[in-house]
Amino acid sequence: MTTIPVLEARGLTRSFGNVRALDGADFDVNAGEVVALIGDNGAGKSTLVKALSGNLALDSGQILFAGGEVELTSPTHASRLGIETVYQDLALAPHLNAAQNMFLGREISKPGLQGRLGFMDNRAMRLKSREAFDELGATVRSLSDPVGSMSGGQKQAIAIARAVAWAKGVIFLDEPTAALGVVQTRNVLDTIRRVRDKGVGVVFISHSMPHVIDVADRVQVLRLGRRVATYEAKKTTVEELVGAMTGALDGAQS
Amino acid sequence: MTTTEATPRTAGTASILTRTYSFHQVLRVQSFQILLVLLVIFLIFAAMAPDVFPTWGNVRQIIQNVSILGVLGIGMTFVIVTSGIDLSVGSNLVFSGVVAAKVMQAVGDAGWGTALVGIFVSVGCGLAWGLLNGILIAKAKVPPLIVTLGTLGGALGLAQVITGGVDIREVPAVLQDTIGYGNVPGTTLPTISLIAMLLILVFGVVLHRTKFGLYTFAVGSNEESARRVGVKVDRQLISIYALSGGLAGVAGILSLSQYGTTAIAGQSATNLNVIAAVVIGGTSLFGGVGTIFGTVVGLFIPAVLQNGFVIVGVQPFWQQVAVGAVLVAAVYVDQRRRAAAARGHSTKEEGKKRLFTRRSS
Repeated sequence: MTTIPVLEARGLTRSFGNVRALDGADFDVNAGEVVALIGDNGAGKSTLVKALSGNLALDSGQILFAGGEVELTSPTHASRLGIETVYQDLALAPHLNAAQNMFLGREISKPGLQGRLGFMDNRAMRLKSREAFDELGATVRSLSDPVGSMSGGQKQAIAIARAVAWAKGVIFLDEPTAALGVVQTRNVLDTIRRVRDKGVGVVFISHSMPHVIDVADRVQVLRLGRRVATYEAKKTTVEELVGAMTGALDGAQS
Repeated sequence: MTTTEATPRTAGTASILTRTYSFHQVLRVQSFQILLVLLVIFLIFAAMAPDVFPTWGNVRQIIQNVSILGVLGIGMTFVIVTSGIDLSVGSNLVFSGVVAAKVMQAVGDAGWGTALVGIFVSVGCGLAWGLLNGILIAKAKVPPLIVTLGTLGGALGLAQVITGGVDIREVPAVLQDTIGYGNVPGTTLPTISLIAMLLILVFGVVLHRTKFGLYTFAVGSNEESARRVGVKVDRQLISIYALSGGLAGVAGILSLSQYGTTAIAGQSATNLNVIAAVVIGGTSLFGGVGTIFGTVVGLFIPAVLQNGFVIVGVQPFWQQVAVGAVLVAAVYVDQRRRAAAARGHSTKEEGKKRLFTRRSS
């Protein structure tokens, strides 16, 4: 099957001082596919995600979006291409409410003159936010309370719902289940599958190997700033993944 | 295989959607509490001096006294909501007034043409200082406290250089007669207060209802998050400091009209008075929270105390002591609320909120 990946990285390099965070890293994700990105601490996962979401300038390498080369200069630029990221710190504004966070930077304006004066259609934004949360089965109790007062799970749900609502091409989820309980984790994994079924490429970063094998279609392993292996999730095991991550199975490439 | 639980569509869903939260925003807990404090203070003085204090003549005097500070308070609220500070407003007011007075002197006559030139010059000067503040803060990344401390000295110093340290006392008569001492035709409301009220109304709507206002809160709440979702944070900060500067320019021409002099030495504590009022009104110095309404209430507390102490015969110096206490109490309440928010939803907090904010519909 030769499909053009929706997002592809070729030979990305980036150094911080003497540290080579990315050392010729390759990566690819297809539309309608969940790719898990795993690696030990310091393997370059976060750096790679930053580079692919427009948050980091590269020393060298190519990024291709739907087959065409792009230069991702800012997160806004990435967003315009339909690339969204859920950061580990969620990147929500704690004093704003769920609907305001959902639409921050992309508010729905009122029609006509009012809109041009900067007035927003709050009702439409609340309705759409509610729809988005319901679609994910997220229990966001209040749309008008500041998100800073909500639980970790609810904040996570809002951040994911926001990314899902805007992601048309690729969505990056950086450790989305790290702080969650059993039920919320299952919700997030279900969400990932549902987003994939809509035809979006999902990149899932996690330290939890059972989750990775459960939800991913393919698993790509980073070590020392480089992709060292790619596995079909159905045909691999936790032991094999850990081996590739730590370098115990050097040379294993399937 | 998706075995998600059916979404709990509770009865609450509908009410969540329809509830207006503009009210919720306007009557944020602290600004409402502080309004009660103001009412209590007012009632105490009214009881102590029933013949003098609660008369329109006296209230009119208080309103007139806070008008200029009110204009400055608008910009300061925007600035503090972004977790910034603008120490330069008082000096900026003086500088703008001085340049406007000089230009009007040069134009010569005392008619409306001259006055209009003066108004534009004053607002322009204020705007320029504000832009300088904004660019240094947003682009050069110098902390707002330092930038505006620098422009505080710079603007005041230049004002003194321009005048040689001697106040200019020539102000076109039309400005003094209409804006300075005049009333709105047909009423006894001071014109200067009407101008302040209109500005407060317009910028209150801008802060609480528009995208510009929302971005102001977003920048103060979490600058990095705002940047990541594509809010132009630098441009927002520059606009806000420019707004604060421009309003200081407006205050400059108002002050010139009211006092008929540039009053170079008279504004040394203005910045701190305005900041105190904004903070008393419930705007958090840590950003992300605040209302224009609260600032207005916060301005009236010192003014009412000052006026009341004079009337009931207490040494007016006590006003400073009382304002200091209210200020510290206000910040204490803000800190408590932030700590509660960080701990998550405490039921007590929730109950209080219901008590004070669910009065809408």
